[in-house]
Amino acid sequence: MLAWTIYISFLAVAVLVLLPRGSTRLARHVALSAATAGLVVVIASIARQPPGELVTVAKLPWIPSLGIEYHLAADGISNTLLLLTGIMAVAGILFSWNLKERTREFFAFYLALIGGAYGVFLSFDLFLLLVFYEIAIIPKYFLIAIWGSTRREYGAMKLALYSFTGSAMVLIVLLSAYVLAGGQTMNLSQLASFPFPIHFQMWAFPVMFTGFAVLAGMWPFHTWAPTGHVAAPTGASMLLAGVVMKLGSYGCLRVAMTLFPRGMEPWGFQVLGLGSWRGVFALLAIIGIVYGATVALVQQDFKFVVGYSSVSHMGLVLLGLMTLNRIGMTGAVLQMFSHGIIAGLLFAVVGRMVYDRTHTRELSVLQGMHLSKAIPFAAVTFVFAAMASVGLPGFSGFVAELQVLIGAWAAFPLLAILAGFGIIISVAYAWRAMQKAFFADASSNSADPEKPLQPISIPERLGASLLLATTVTIGIYPQLLLKIIAPALNSPLFEGLRRVAGR
Amino acid sequence: MKAIDYSQLLGLLAPEVIVVVTALAILALDLLVLRRTAMKARFLSAAVLASTGCAGSIYWIATLSKPTSLLDGMLVTTPLTHLVQMVLLVLAILTFWVAVDSTFTRHVGEYSLVVLFATSGMMLLTSTQNILLIFISLELLSLSLYTLTAFKKDSAQSAEAGLKYFLFGGISTAFLLFGLSLLYGLSGSTNLSRIALAFQKPLLDPLALVAMVMTAAGLGFKIAAVPFHLWAPDAYQGAPASSAAFIASSSKVASFFILAQVLLIGFAAGGNLGWASHRPGWLPVIEGMAAASMVLGNLTAIVQSSVRRLIAYSAVGHAGYMLLGILANTRQGVSALVFYVVTYALTTLGAFAVVSVMEERCGGDRLADFAGLSRRAPLLSMCMMVFLLSLAGVPPLVGFFAKFYLFASALSGDDGTHSLLWLVILAIAMSAVSLYYYLQVLKRIFVAAARENAGAIRVPVVTQVVVCLLAVAVLALGCAPHLLLNYIQAAM
Repeated sequence: MLAWTIYISFLAVAVLVLLPRGSTRLARHVALSAATAGLVVVIASIARQPPGELVTVAKLPWIPSLGIEYHLAADGISNTLLLLTGIMAVAGILFSWNLKERTREFFAFYLALIGGAYGVFLSFDLFLLLVFYEIAIIPKYFLIAIWGSTRREYGAMKLALYSFTGSAMVLIVLLSAYVLAGGQTMNLSQLASFPFPIHFQMWAFPVMFTGFAVLAGMWPFHTWAPTGHVAAPTGASMLLAGVVMKLGSYGCLRVAMTLFPRGMEPWGFQVLGLGSWRGVFALLAIIGIVYGATVALVQQDFKFVVGYSSVSHMGLVLLGLMTLNRIGMTGAVLQMFSHGIIAGLLFAVVGRMVYDRTHTRELSVLQGMHLSKAIPFAAVTFVFAAMASVGLPGFSGFVAELQVLIGAWAAFPLLAILAGFGIIISVAYAWRAMQKAFFADASSNSADPEKPLQPISIPERLGASLLLATTVTIGIYPQLLLKIIAPALNSPLFEGLRRVAGR
Repeated sequence: MKAIDYSQLLGLLAPEVIVVVTALAILALDLLVLRRTAMKARFLSAAVLASTGCAGSIYWIATLSKPTSLLDGMLVTTPLTHLVQMVLLVLAILTFWVAVDSTFTRHVGEYSLVVLFATSGMMLLTSTQNILLIFISLELLSLSLYTLTAFKKDSAQSAEAGLKYFLFGGISTAFLLFGLSLLYGLSGSTNLSRIALAFQKPLLDPLALVAMVMTAAGLGFKIAAVPFHLWAPDAYQGAPASSAAFIASSSKVASFFILAQVLLIGFAAGGNLGWASHRPGWLPVIEGMAAASMVLGNLTAIVQSSVRRLIAYSAVGHAGYMLLGILANTRQGVSALVFYVVTYALTTLGAFAVVSVMEERCGGDRLADFAGLSRRAPLLSMCMMVFLLSLAGVPPLVGFFAKFYLFASALSGDDGTHSLLWLVILAIAMSAVSLYYYLQVLKRIFVAAARENAGAIRVPVVTQVVVCLLAVAVLALGCAPHLLLNYIQAAM
């Protein structure tokens, strides 16, 4: 049944393409119903699926002579991210409700991206996974280049080239692994159980991990993220931060770490105190956390603050993955979910609620606008989103980040302390942005009273409530997701990882 | 020596005969009957007649089943050559239908004749393993292509392109002939497999090296691999659109096939031609050509402002990728090469069909002319997106699977020595580069605003149908590559 998430999305793309030109209202409704249907399918299947099991959704021979299959399956990790995709799809469409120009095409590209994301999270055949992974690249380009704002063509091209280069790195390793394993299968679990020689894993792991981590915003390959997020229209930047970055981190966990766990073993010598690729990537993750937060602290553009905060929070995901212990990795998966929701909410406030009304994102200009009085709903939403983002208890960010930090403390105590610093800085930038944008004293230049801002519309309220409700629900009752994530990490698929971690 | 069985010979050559007879029939009909009718009707009747003839030829080929070799390798037919010939015929048919709405010439009969002669030349080229016949049919093909390039008589650019193509081609033919004559002198035979046998000596003969490099140079010209690519941009730009499409698609298929035949059969002998004991001596030559083509083709394409030149340079890059299939030196490599070149031909043909519409309706193929096309001709733009993204290797279009299969067979061909890994890495890196310039075109089409007073473009129905068919084929083969792959693998 889960396969229908993919089919619904692409069917809706076809319907949208065939709609007559100028049917704006209809296009919106088609898109929203497709996204809602996808979400309903995801929720229904998660509810029916026994936790901890790998459920095969579809398994058909596709290109038999090369051993490539159309193999869809889902475990707890996939389900978590499918749920995220479903929620973000609905919310993103709600926040794109006011789009008037070339609506039909916008939603067609949008749903193609969603369909690609569903496909990645469901694929258990690596060829298929790569196909969906690359399908997601092109819609991103057009979404940003056509409907974007600040330096949109630059941001779009940068994003497309970064993604394509990342997937090229993945493709190189995948091809080598496929040929090395006999060229007969692309099945994830079969390849994962193939004993690749250690010298192969030692170069294959870092290349593939980096290839995926480009999309996850790993420092120093993160630079597409802030420019891309800022250039993108609201719905697209919600998807970029909420779903696309997760494609990267999901690939790191599901493919790179699963196929080549021994690539994380110690090298046997030390360079600058680092003894393995695991250490290298953990260090890069920490740099990303601290660097992203520090840079966010000094941004003048409201959206750049959120853009860099994404880099920072995705660093926590990568750090969690590199801990290799149960709590750290569970935290990483939960953080993927939580960051997706929260970043989506932040972008929605900045891009839709504020920028579409004030037509500026300069914090210094926003300072004089009394936004907390003009659009109180936006202010309240942002306060909640910022609290969730900095990891206050009661929101999903708290549970996720706490687990990652505990895991990191066990694995790399020194780095865990640095990560803690990063979180403290995140409080600072969130509060700074909130203060400047919404609650500044308007002594300097007061807002133009003749042009009152439009009130917050119903779709915006709906979207914001959906996202807020999700993060609060998971924050109060994290067991909802934890009970499906944790067993998935104990599955035989991650056998190699557990062996490397020594448990 | 056995007496020649003429009936068998005729049976095997019937497909070529049908094509030639069709060509003559079209010429006669056009000159005798249709002289005074409208251009469109003449093109249309030529296309109908040519399609019928080619379809008949395809049907005949389909009935020939068992592999045969006549006259000591003069005429060799295998399932694989049948497949390639059928593809060539299909491409010829499509070329005719792309040309239906063009206005570049009044000599429809002659144009059709030359296209069909070129096709029959290519069909002969694929079905022979004799260097003499290879040379003759290659000449038939080349001379036809020079003519096709210069066919737009009122355009100086077309004449210039034809002349350049002819001069470069003439020189490269001289090289090829020299190389082939050395091969004959060294081995005393014109049959490729005998040549290979004669070379089984432990040491590399300097003359053999010269012969090999000359042959590679002559054939490298046909496939437009660096450093023999200089004609391609001019020919692609100057030639009438349908000729350019034909050169870019059909002749690529035939040339790659014959290059593979010559290298893999003629120079197959294990260590004798090589510096290293386990590798045939042509490998380093082709490796160099492949690497140079990928890098130069893709990097030069970035700065082009004419879409035709852009496609030409990208074709150089693609030639570099395709050489990987030959370098693999395995059956799987050949099947990957055939898959790649066939799908590539379909895709390029489609792209050229779009370009030809653009030129007829908007007066040019500059990047700027494509601005805002998506609002002026939505269907055409979507098809162009399919073609260009397939060339870039984006799934679910066929270009992705073709690349995947080609690279996988290149990697599995080297017996775990990873001697081709660097080339595969280079190829994948370069296809990331290629996405940039393909997106530059798509950016004009979908993102940029159309010029003022630019209304909707009325696309000719026939061209629209052909373009859509090709786009659907590219998409369908991408989603279900085994439709074609099974045929190729069965034919290997």
